[in-house]
Amino acid sequence: MGVEIKVGMADLKVCVSPDSITTLGLGSCVGIALRDPVTKIGGLAHIMLPDSTSIRNNSNIPKFADTGIEELVKQVTKKGANRNRLVAKIAGGAQMFAFGSNSEAVRVGERNVQAVKKKLGEMKIPILAEDTGKNFGRTVIFYPETGDFVIRAVGKSEYKI
Amino acid sequence: MSELTIDDMSNEYFDVLKELGNIGAGNATTALAQMMQCKVDMSVPRVQLLEFKELGDAMVGEETVMAGIYLAIEGDITGSIMFLLEKQAAKHLVGKLTGMESEGEEFSEMEYSALKEVGNIMTGAYLNSLSSITNLVISPTVPDLTVDMAGAILSVPAIEFAALGDRMLLIQTQFFDEMVLDGYFILIPDMDSYGRMLRALGIGL
Repeated sequence: MGVEIKVGMADLKVCVSPDSITTLGLGSCVGIALRDPVTKIGGLAHIMLPDSTSIRNNSNIPKFADTGIEELVKQVTKKGANRNRLVAKIAGGAQMFAFGSNSEAVRVGERNVQAVKKKLGEMKIPILAEDTGKNFGRTVIFYPETGDFVIRAVGKSEYKI
Repeated sequence: MSELTIDDMSNEYFDVLKELGNIGAGNATTALAQMMQCKVDMSVPRVQLLEFKELGDAMVGEETVMAGIYLAIEGDITGSIMFLLEKQAAKHLVGKLTGMESEGEEFSEMEYSALKEVGNIMTGAYLNSLSSITNLVISPTVPDLTVDMAGAILSVPAIEFAALGDRMLLIQTQFFDEMVLDGYFILIPDMDSYGRMLRALGIGL
């Protein structure tokens, strides 16, 4: 067994089999796992906001769907993953509260998911599986060895996508 | 006026926000004691300005199940406020309020609404003190409650902070009756409201 690498909020890291990579308690944020199935090199990003271009203070690359995914692709390929073989699995983007300060803030989970799909689409990285939306938090663990994306949620048994 | 961001906030402003948080949490503790009809003590709040990456470590851990009450604020100050309480502490409080032993891991419908009321009163007391110090109108809206992993609940205010900067202001308060109840307040004023709050206190920007 390898070690478990931890990714925080607005953070991203690369992971090579047999290590695994995790991010705890995803709410409206989205976790994006990338993997090259041949070299078994992968990575995980934990983004908070959909779009870096709509915010002036946007130097924090892993905070945004667009810049975060670009950076993750850059880092996994630098580690030896083949850009054309990359596949993705995504999770998160929940709506944690029914009401909120404004509808835009409440729907940020959904907007994050849309932005992630758009960016992956533009970069021609296929999404093999997703567990997004709904109203609960998720802890995710990604295994580049098998490509399994294991999800833990409160009051549910662990499942994988 | 140049735009104020959390990231380049000076120590002076930070101290003021800290003090506001201190007074707000104090007021909330008094409200809690009245509601529970018993003595409730409070530790001096710990106020931290944290990077998002550090959030999990600063609190009890991202996967700890907590109750989070979240509501929008309107008036002279706009934004939102959140109050978080560990699940066991929430169970304890609600049990005392309803006079019933809580059964099982889940919250019943009645416990759920009692907990919502606790959050409502605590955040209301917090905002009231803020309003009377600053002489600004601050009106809370209807709160919503969720019980889930700390990280997932925190992602909501964190995202609001993320639109403004790279750090988040967290006020941690410990309450004690016969057990330690760890509570967290997170006030998220819109950027304009920070300026308004500080100016109301006679601090020029």
